[in-house]
Amino acid sequence: MAINELSLDQQGIILLAALVLFSSFSMLAQPRLLSLVNTFALQGLLLSATTVLVALVSGHHHLYLSALLTLLLKALLIPWMLRRLVNRLGLHGEIEPLERPNLVLLGAAALVVFCYYVSLPIVQLSTMLTRNTIAISMSVVLLGMLMMIARRQVVAHVVGFMSIENGLFFAAVVSTYGMPMVVELGIAFDVLVAAVLFGVFFFHIRESIDSLDVDRLNRLSEVER
Amino acid sequence: MKFWLLALLQTLLFITGAPLLAGWVRWFKARLANRRGPSPLQPYRDLAKLMRKQTVVAEGASWVFRGAPYIVFGSTLLVAVVVPLIAVHLPTAAIADVIVLVGFFALGRFFTALAALDIGTAFGGMGSSREMTVASLAEPAMLMAVFTLAVSAGTTNLSQAIDFTLHSGLVLRPSFLFAGAALLLVAIAETGRLPVDNPATHLELTMIHEAMVLEYSGHHLALIEWAAQIKLMAYAVLLANIFLPFGIAEDLSRTALAVGALSIAAKLAGLGLLLALLETVVAKMRLFQAPRFLGFAYLLGLLGMLSHIILEAG
Repeated sequence: MAINELSLDQQGIILLAALVLFSSFSMLAQPRLLSLVNTFALQGLLLSATTVLVALVSGHHHLYLSALLTLLLKALLIPWMLRRLVNRLGLHGEIEPLERPNLVLLGAAALVVFCYYVSLPIVQLSTMLTRNTIAISMSVVLLGMLMMIARRQVVAHVVGFMSIENGLFFAAVVSTYGMPMVVELGIAFDVLVAAVLFGVFFFHIRESIDSLDVDRLNRLSEVER
Repeated sequence: MKFWLLALLQTLLFITGAPLLAGWVRWFKARLANRRGPSPLQPYRDLAKLMRKQTVVAEGASWVFRGAPYIVFGSTLLVAVVVPLIAVHLPTAAIADVIVLVGFFALGRFFTALAALDIGTAFGGMGSSREMTVASLAEPAMLMAVFTLAVSAGTTNLSQAIDFTLHSGLVLRPSFLFAGAALLLVAIAETGRLPVDNPATHLELTMIHEAMVLEYSGHHLALIEWAAQIKLMAYAVLLANIFLPFGIAEDLSRTALAVGALSIAAKLAGLGLLLALLETVVAKMRLFQAPRFLGFAYLLGLLGMLSHIILEAG
């Protein structure tokens, strides 16, 4: 459906979806860890706002609950935990630039095109108002994966993992108006537990290899060769 | 006939208003830095002074050096003719579309760079090499933003594109948001403002545009500076009129024209404030960071195009 045929709050969903995609791109290129965590929190906020709008447009009231859960967990609690971890690990000044930023970002744009191509048949079959955003949610998942591949910092990997979860949640909201509450709660707490566990892992990794750079994990000996 | 007369008047207003915009930005920037600053009319006085002064041409300069100021000013003048300032549907808008507009800018830039190389000083060569580096990266980003606009509006003609945004009412288009941001970044890079180039300094490590025009004097320099001011104005008018065209005159009645003139003056004053504020808070970045800055602009343009195709169409 062309955008000028939609009502204003439906256009709002489209706009917020585009901003979610943009936040994924900026996470991919963000070299500072604290700003990375802040961008992740922003993505959570945008996601929660999108969910509220979808609930408003579709009249599915349980989505308000999901939006609240997203806001509390992904925009406040997990970013707060990650921020605290970054500070306690002494990484707040750390800058980790991408190795080939332009190549990675163009690859990311290519992934978006790929997602559009893949989701085209679904979009043509669906009658939902939010069907155009399915490709965006898929690209958020793939961009999270790309982030885990392209970055070397463990904290960036965790943020990438969390943003994959953001993408899955977004896909559920826009393609089926949300998952059943039990599933949603289960996933939410899974993510929360994962965030706690990752925190423990950070300390273990740092203790054993003296750094949080995962590239150093593939060396077998202590001596630099 | 009336339309052509108005178009002529609009162009005159465009080129005489450009120094005022530059002076306004400079004045507000000085105020932000707690200085009194020269009056916003200072650029007019500078131009008048330069026009009266004797023109000195370097020994061994060829016709390229002498002709470049006229070519640069002429191509920028054509931009001022084409870009709608206070009224749409003028006959001059049919002269060139947005892609030719990018071409006009490229023509002016090409001859500035050539003239800088012509006299063979070190600064000229350095400046033109830097200018071309920035330009070759800025142009694709600008074209991407322009294509996003053209695909949405279904035309590359500026007047019709403005008409399209004016009549589609309030539509929240993510593609326009991204394209606008991309065009803003390109405008900053292309008009030589901070953080890409500093318009207020002659520091050899950082200057780009100033390095190229270092050898000019007298009325040659006046023409080049005036062209740079018109270029700044043209980008500001493009941003204001494409993305926020509200208030622009659609017919030739006196009230419509007055509203059009007032609204564009207000929008330009606002953009000038924004530019001055931006230049006060950001620091000049290293020259080698410029490709990243422009790469980001290109990415924004690309995202605009993608979000148009994925989210807004069909």
